[in-house]
Amino acid sequence: MAWLIAPWKLARHGILGMNGRNINYIARYNSRSRYPLVDNKLLTKKAATKAGITVPKLLASTDSPVGINQLMKAIEPLQEFVLKPVRGSGGKGIIVIERRDGPLFVKASGNTMTADDIRRHVSDILSGLYSLGGKPDAVMVEERVHFDPMLFDYSYEGVPDLRIIVFRGFPVMAMLRCATHSSGGRANLHQGAIGVGIDIRTGASINAVQKGSLIDRHPDTGHDFSQLKIPNWDTMLDLASRCYEVTGLGYLGCDIVLDQRYGPMILELNARPGLTIQVTNGTGILPRLRHVETLLKEDEDACDWGAHRRVMYAKEHFGRPDAAQAV
Amino acid sequence: MSARLQVFILSALLAVLGIGLTIYKSTTLGFPFFPGEYRTIWTVEARVSFKANGEPVRVSLALPREQANTAILEESFSGTGYGFQQETVKGQKRAVWTRRDAQGSQSLFYKLAVYHTDNAEAEELLALLPSVQKPDFSSAQQEAERLASESLLAQAHELSADTETFARQLLGLLNDPANPDATILLGAYEGRSRVNLLVDMLALADIAAHPVRGIFLEHNRRQLQPQELLEAYIDGRWVMMDPTTGVLGIPENFFIWQRGGVSLVDVTGGSQSDVSFSVIANNVSARTVALQQGKMETVALLDFSIYSLPIEQQSVFKLILLVPMGALMVILFRVFVGIRTSGTFMPVLLALAFLQTQLVTGVIIFLLVLAVGLGIRSYLSRLNLLLVARIAAVVIVVVIIMATISVVSYKLHIEQALTVVFFPMIILAWTIERMSILWEEDGAREACIQIAGSLLVAIAAYFMMTNDYIEHWSFNFPELMLVVLAVVLLLGQYSGYRLSELIRFRDIQETMR
Repeated sequence: MAWLIAPWKLARHGILGMNGRNINYIARYNSRSRYPLVDNKLLTKKAATKAGITVPKLLASTDSPVGINQLMKAIEPLQEFVLKPVRGSGGKGIIVIERRDGPLFVKASGNTMTADDIRRHVSDILSGLYSLGGKPDAVMVEERVHFDPMLFDYSYEGVPDLRIIVFRGFPVMAMLRCATHSSGGRANLHQGAIGVGIDIRTGASINAVQKGSLIDRHPDTGHDFSQLKIPNWDTMLDLASRCYEVTGLGYLGCDIVLDQRYGPMILELNARPGLTIQVTNGTGILPRLRHVETLLKEDEDACDWGAHRRVMYAKEHFGRPDAAQAV
Repeated sequence: MSARLQVFILSALLAVLGIGLTIYKSTTLGFPFFPGEYRTIWTVEARVSFKANGEPVRVSLALPREQANTAILEESFSGTGYGFQQETVKGQKRAVWTRRDAQGSQSLFYKLAVYHTDNAEAEELLALLPSVQKPDFSSAQQEAERLASESLLAQAHELSADTETFARQLLGLLNDPANPDATILLGAYEGRSRVNLLVDMLALADIAAHPVRGIFLEHNRRQLQPQELLEAYIDGRWVMMDPTTGVLGIPENFFIWQRGGVSLVDVTGGSQSDVSFSVIANNVSARTVALQQGKMETVALLDFSIYSLPIEQQSVFKLILLVPMGALMVILFRVFVGIRTSGTFMPVLLALAFLQTQLVTGVIIFLLVLAVGLGIRSYLSRLNLLLVARIAAVVIVVVIIMATISVVSYKLHIEQALTVVFFPMIILAWTIERMSILWEEDGAREACIQIAGSLLVAIAAYFMMTNDYIEHWSFNFPELMLVVLAVVLLLGQYSGYRLSELIRFRDIQETMR
């Protein structure tokens, strides 16, 4: 194994780099004016609801220290909820309360928080501690997702969420992010969560990668990733594809969770989705992005295709040819 | 026009403008392009002294002509109580001091600073028409001189082939102590210079000649008397000649004061006049020379340069002008290497602080303040404070740490640590805050990576900024900033891989199964 790979080899595999992503895709297809819609999770929620896209229910929110008391009153009777910074990034500042232990709030990790801890956390969020650029932020409390038991064994202490890259409305690449003990129950790949590449055509797993190396089984639950197949796959692709119309962003990362009660839900949207998805898929994303660009340039009708048509097209062209054997 | 094309055109324009201005400044205005170029500046002082006898005084001193191989940096005249003006008589510039009445010994000064320019030939053709004024040896008392000169000229004619060799032979004969004719003539010219004799002898042979007065530029000479050389009109041009050795051409370091027959100094209303010279050499950086030269010529570009600021502000600007290079370094590291830093341009500020504190001291102080600050911040986080209040508290703590470091190090006689005051406190406080959040959120590893990354970029920027060439160029050629701007714009177009990605995706082939 070489210490590093030659850049032309990366180019041959169609790997998209950070600079290329920023200049050729984000700067070109993501209009600045659309950013607030995805950076502000409250706005995302509103826009998605309006478009008939399922999202976790909003329970309470506040954007001023005066509102903290009201917020505390609203969460007092709740057994479980998720508290988030409205403009947070990378899952920072999110608290998942699983149950109550008298006055105490029990987190998914099993640690407890007092009401004062929560107040302090809320005030930190409001001061902009977790927001981009440290700007003053707002807090929202939403319903906790009960993730589907079919995926239960693939995640430890946290919700496994599905990331789908949607390029100009076409779902081009997907991966499942599974929390591990070492990632602290968060589905953040930098912290040791597992990324599982998902075949666009079938929803079956491709590779499971933890901290850059391939693994076969979940280190905590021992489940074999090769058996993984995402349920409700078509619905998820459809949901992701529709986010293009909602946001108007050409290069978009959709985070989807599968809820036991409501089915697939959009958890959040990301205007600057990461690049690790390529590793979990074992292939570069560039050929697919170029494919879509060429299609839209040559076939003007394709620009007006609905979400369903786009999903069909993506499944046909971006699936793995040997997916049948892999499953 | 696409954005990409615009960037290329804009960068090209900026680069051309920046480089063009730089070339203009270094070639035309003489700003040295490389640091450490020195020029020797000769300060020559001519002192005219005489005894005034109570009448109106008029002193006229011949001023040096412009010469091709030397440039005059500045000149000044002084003479208390005297009116002063310059005049040009027969193509010769003269300084004229005047006064209604003066008594006793008087001194007048003319000072000039010159340096050698390397781009011109030492000798300059003199545009002076040759004219011959034959000496008069017709009187009976001068019979011996007339015969001696005729004999001498005949001998020289015999031994020579052309005008040049004739002049040199004549010179050789006159310098021969055994030659009786020469002895007679030298005796007759007692009290006058040998050059005058030569001029007269050459005139008898219909060759125009005149004395040249000047001084040898040698360091720390006082009471120098002007030296005389001979200039003869030979084969259609003026040739300079050493009257004793016969060597042709201007001797090295000979500064010509005056050519042609006019007098060096004329004094009316005084007696015992004398001119003496003193010379001092100074090694001055070529930049200063260019600056002074520029000031004399009042070049518009210099008028708007940093040099028009007072010295104090200039030194502040010296630092500010280095910021673009630091920013360039940050871009290089982030775009090409992919190093994560805490805060985009925080490393530049850190590097600026290092410039003041020296590198090792700076790094130690930074890490010390960071470590102590993180410790205190972790306690503050338990106190349930608002973010702004907490950061303000961290700022105050940072100030206390800095004060403590200063005082303690002073007591321990570690003077270097006193430079801690140069660290930007607010930046340090924010860094502490962000690091502590990062530590809690992403673990110690990520926090250390970012601190190390910031330090690495800061140190790289520091070395860039302390580089002699970079320092020299950024201060003397601020227009090179336009080139940096062009480079930054171009780098903003780079969509290739980062070094970190070559590592991150190195196993991509193995995941393709």
